[in-house]
Amino acid sequence: MRLAQQLAIESDLITADLVEVTEFPDLAQRYQVRAVPRTIVNETAVIEGALPEAQFVEAVIAATQEK
Amino acid sequence: MALLNERDRREIQAQLKDLIGPVKLVNFTQELACQYCRETELLLKEVQALSDKIGLEVYNFQLDKEKVAQYRVDKIPATIVEGSKDYGIRFYGIPLGYEFASFLAAIKDVSRGGTDLKAETRAALAPIAEPVHLQVFSTPT
Repeated sequence: MRLAQQLAIESDLITADLVEVTEFPDLAQRYQVRAVPRTIVNETAVIEGALPEAQFVEAVIAATQEK
Repeated sequence: MALLNERDRREIQAQLKDLIGPVKLVNFTQELACQYCRETELLLKEVQALSDKIGLEVYNFQLDKEKVAQYRVDKIPATIVEGSKDYGIRFYGIPLGYEFASFLAAIKDVSRGGTDLKAETRAALAPIAEPVHLQVFSTPT
């Protein structure tokens, strides 16, 4: 979550939600969360696990370019 | 009963002593049918008490429709960590356990309105032209 929230601070266009899976099992099911952390970008793209800064940003940017 | 023990409180207080700007925690809650709403509100009150730079607003998810719309909150318990503006940081569920560190880090970052991200990272974000919604799923342990 740390990186996601840092991105939200640096960019006015980025918002970052931390979702506690045990409290929101329906969402965990909808986004097929089997291991954490799992990051969903714009409802569609997925980033698995905790990535280093450069890779995480790269994955977020790549996800925003997917249409 | 308090969620944070004396040792926790001392440690958190030490971490929060250098906050720069004011931080507002905005909590959405309700009495019934919300397993961790009560605990979340209690935790936020305990954290808020540890720094005079931190404020807390608590809203009822069912009744305070205007605030729910303003903060675009769709589930509870919800906690917004706001600095000089709403940076779009939301914690859904009680921010305890592993994510408590993220919660404290968010407070510190919004307080100073900046992060320790590398210059390359900030440059990579510059071309983003449309809203990006990140949902990070995590567990307390």
